[in-house]
Amino acid sequence: MLRDGFLTSKIEKAVAWARKYSLFQYPFVTACCGMEFMSTAASHYDLDRFGAGFPRFSPRQADVLFVVGTISQKMAPVLKRVYDQMCEPKWVVAFGVCTCIGGFYDNYATVQGIDTIVPVDIYIPGCPPRPETVLDGLMKLQEKIQHSRQEF
Amino acid sequence: MAEDSPTLTKLKEKFGSSILGTLSFRGDDTAVILPDEVVPVATFLKHDPDLDYNFLMDLTAVDGLKMNKRPRFEMVYHFFSLSHKQRVRLKVPVEAENPEVDSLTDLWRGADWFEREVWDMFGIKFRNHPNLKRILMYEEFEGHPLRKDYPVHRRQPLIGPFAHPEQTPEKS
Repeated sequence: MLRDGFLTSKIEKAVAWARKYSLFQYPFVTACCGMEFMSTAASHYDLDRFGAGFPRFSPRQADVLFVVGTISQKMAPVLKRVYDQMCEPKWVVAFGVCTCIGGFYDNYATVQGIDTIVPVDIYIPGCPPRPETVLDGLMKLQEKIQHSRQEF
Repeated sequence: MAEDSPTLTKLKEKFGSSILGTLSFRGDDTAVILPDEVVPVATFLKHDPDLDYNFLMDLTAVDGLKMNKRPRFEMVYHFFSLSHKQRVRLKVPVEAENPEVDSLTDLWRGADWFEREVWDMFGIKFRNHPNLKRILMYEEFEGHPLRKDYPVHRRQPLIGPFAHPEQTPEKS
């Protein structure tokens, strides 16, 4: 019994390690933060160093949903639907202050934080966030994946 | 009143009492006209060879509720003549009760979306518009958000915890 427990833990760690370094991302880009996301993803800051360089433009093939930019009330059901189409395990990153809390758009049109629609794992603040902040957020997500329970 | 530009002089000659007022300020021409004269005036501005205002640059509205304006709304049209490099602005007062003006879509196809936006944001209707429905907000949205009496904090989310607060849970 002791041996089994020991073994399970090791596999879980290995799976977590593999998962955190092969994040297929779905960039849900709606606004100006998208430019910043592109610059972070491109060669200068190189998101691929962290194993997250491969965008999948189908939610069915993606592990992490990057919500980049303001989400309007009209767009909210679309975002929810994209999230629902993703396979487990899945994570959500709120990129920029608009996705975190609505940013300075406290008005009739804007969702006040996407966590009212989908569960969020990592919040990256900033308007827009610096690439360093994005990379920090991505590393925090990797840390979170490494230390969470893996189902497989 | 400042000296009138050629455009405003021509408008006054042609439409007389339909022109409620004019203003020229540093080359900026403005004419306030009667609501029913929008299409005739715009047609004249577009087709008269000396004027040739062939480009409808912008079309929007102003809600004067908090400024105690009578009538409450004002339509604002901006025209540009590509040949004469001239601009002119038309202002049209619109009543608060059942606000309605004629559509310019027959003259400029580009007026279509502008007028839909004005309908969406201010609730001003356009007669003879081919497809007058909301353009920015969703169909479920109630009211017109840029009206000054739209409550600043009113939210109408489609999904999420605050959607449909008036709905009671169904009994199974």
